[in-house]
Amino acid sequence: MTKFGTLANRYWPTLALFAFLLASWQAAVTFGNIREYLLPAPLSVWNALWHGDTAWAGHLWTTTLEIIGAFLMAAVVGVALGVAIAWSPILANALVPFLVFVNTLPKVAIAPLFLIWMGYGIFPNMLMGALIGFFPVVINTAVGLSQVEPDMLDLGRVFNAPKWKIFVKIRIPNALPYILSALKITATAAVVGAIVGEFVASQRGLGYVIVTTQSSMNTSVAFAALVWISVVGLVLYGAVVLLAHLWAPWAEGVD
Amino acid sequence: MTKGLIDLDRVGMTYQAASGPVEALAGISASIGAGEFVSLVGPSGCGKSTLLRIVAGLRPATTGTITVAGRTVTQPIPDIGMVFQAPILLKWRSILENVLLPAELAGKDPGKLRPRAEQLLDMAGLGGFGAKLPRELSGGMQQRAALCRALLLDPPLLLMDEPFGALDAMTRDDMALELLRIWGEKDLAREARKTVLFVTHSIPEAVFLSDRVIVMSARPGRIAADFRIDLPRPRTVELRASEAFGKLNLEIFRALTGKTIVGTAL
Repeated sequence: MTKFGTLANRYWPTLALFAFLLASWQAAVTFGNIREYLLPAPLSVWNALWHGDTAWAGHLWTTTLEIIGAFLMAAVVGVALGVAIAWSPILANALVPFLVFVNTLPKVAIAPLFLIWMGYGIFPNMLMGALIGFFPVVINTAVGLSQVEPDMLDLGRVFNAPKWKIFVKIRIPNALPYILSALKITATAAVVGAIVGEFVASQRGLGYVIVTTQSSMNTSVAFAALVWISVVGLVLYGAVVLLAHLWAPWAEGVD
Repeated sequence: MTKGLIDLDRVGMTYQAASGPVEALAGISASIGAGEFVSLVGPSGCGKSTLLRIVAGLRPATTGTITVAGRTVTQPIPDIGMVFQAPILLKWRSILENVLLPAELAGKDPGKLRPRAEQLLDMAGLGGFGAKLPRELSGGMQQRAALCRALLLDPPLLLMDEPFGALDAMTRDDMALELLRIWGEKDLAREARKTVLFVTHSIPEAVFLSDRVIVMSARPGRIAADFRIDLPRPRTVELRASEAFGKLNLEIFRALTGKTIVGTAL
């Protein structure tokens, strides 16, 4: 069977369900006389996406930048903190309680402070996304680096291998599937963070578009913005899945 | 006391558990000669695996001294190959790269040892599997790869901790024969063979493989008996059915359990 054939075989139930839901939605709005500002029909959303007054490209660009920035920050800082925790018990004791505290704070509640400290702009929204998404990376990195069979470490000790070598050759590859698994969560969290940031303070972006539709009751535009947000989110998520496939093929089907 | 490759002099080990100190090993004295194949058998928790790690320098003894090849062991010693119950191959590395791991860990050039690694794989019947990932191999094949890894740097001493314990009975018997072949039972003179210290739960396995079977008692682990196995080498499958083999099994069983079997005419 061709690759396309296999994919079609696997995903036709998903596509069929999706098409059915869209059709039911359209039918409900058309025949049920639901008012446009409450629930716009899929076709109105489609129109808002392609023929409306909203300059999507600019908003999409802003939000995408924020999401990618948030994701990269969360990944880099998360892995660095995870390595620090796994490397040194002293650092672990210093960092872990603090990180747990940061993680229990409702990040949404900090967003207004970001506005006071940093004003409007892309960076505070990136930071919000990073703040929401970095914690699973820290934990999974630390766990992945530590979950090495003791016998394997004994093997390293027999050959008097230096600590860094054990890290590079054994611990880090071992942690890779854990890290990639956490990054899937981070990909979603980055989207949430960027949008939350835009809700609180922004002059551009898809979250900003949604906020403005509240006053204009232009619900179809809000739905269109949601479509774009999920497209960005899905693409980022897909990229992480692809990365996992390329970097850690041995761990396929682990999570 | 005679000087062997491994000399244990009143080795004891006590570790701290939550409930207080636990004496795991007490007064272990033994001498193991170069080229000898020695098995350690004993009940679960008798400290046989701990003893193996003490010989390797991976765990400190609380009392006594351990000498390997004339040097007192105070830290991990490099001249050993270790095989554990699980193959613990690195999942992301091919079989060949796994076999070459000791070279990298020891700071040697893996490129130079590649031919030896390939030769070892051939010898272990894994000739065509060097490029495969561990998960593509059966448990027995993975354990053979682990054996190749242990042999890569040609260590004079091989420490094996229940290496066949996780395998099914048939594979296990096959592996025993395979191990003896790789050990050089047929082709090498006694002095040229590696010294093997082999921990196992299985008395027949110990008898089949060894020149000597050391029986340990339950905690604290002590040497309860030391049997010389004078069965002819090379050992064959038929040997398992012989009277001498059965008799040794029974004697060791008795030494291990400290009693005769009730309800039999023996």
